Amino acid sequence: MKITNQIKDTTIIITLDGELDASSSVMLDEALSDPEIMTYSKILVDCKDLNYISSAGLGVFISHLQRFEDAQIKLIFYNMQDKVRNVFEILGLDLLMTIVSDYEEAMTIADE
Amino acid sequence: MNNKITVSCTKKNLKQIRDFVTEYLAAYTLTDIQMNQIVLAVDEICANLIIHANSEDPSKSISLFITEKAGMLKFEIVDNGVAFRRSEYKEPNIEEHIRVGKKGGVGIALVNRIMDRVEFETSDSQNTCFLYKKIK
Repeated sequence: MKITNQIKDTTIIITLDGELDASSSVMLDEALSDPEIMTYSKILVDCKDLNYISSAGLGVFISHLQRFEDAQIKLIFYNMQDKVRNVFEILGLDLLMTIVSDYEEAMTIADE
Repeated sequence: MNNKITVSCTKKNLKQIRDFVTEYLAAYTLTDIQMNQIVLAVDEICANLIIHANSEDPSKSISLFITEKAGMLKFEIVDNGVAFRRSEYKEPNIEEHIRVGKKGGVGIALVNRIMDRVEFETSDSQNTCFLYKKIK
């Protein structure tokens, strides 16, 4: 699992590359727990190269979502592979989180 | 076809289990989504056994056997740790998990929704989880 960050003004783009399972999700949790992340107004998660997610990976996003919402930070997923999106859908998380098709759409939503 | 794998109880071995299941399933015609769902369900059970039932103790191990009969895949996952108490299991309320920032507790819900049948059995000190999935 490789996690890289890119900053664009008040937006942080987090790119996930690899498989997010019970072992690697610890790294994502650390990245989202960094106090600096609360200084951005938008968190865009690029899922193009996210090939797998298990409940541990979902759990990391679930556990941070309310904190971001309370701080009015938008969390938006984009470029998600169908098989990964399907895992969000099995639990109904696609209705509780913002998942859009591509970067342009993510930026449009983030600017609303 | 190789249908058995045994790994020690560390989370790093989950990838090996997923690769083994993927390789076994390559002989069947499955969509990307079907394949991913089945691999995920097995991964979730193994993660629970490694982390909760065996406290990530590398001196302990879990074994997985896969068989297929008349279009029904059967996964048997065996360990000697603390048995899963199904009677104490409650389906998670995801919205509540989000509200309180809860990290775990949605894995078994995924397994239940993906698999056609999920059974747990304990005899002596050995626990077996059976997962069944119809693919034809």
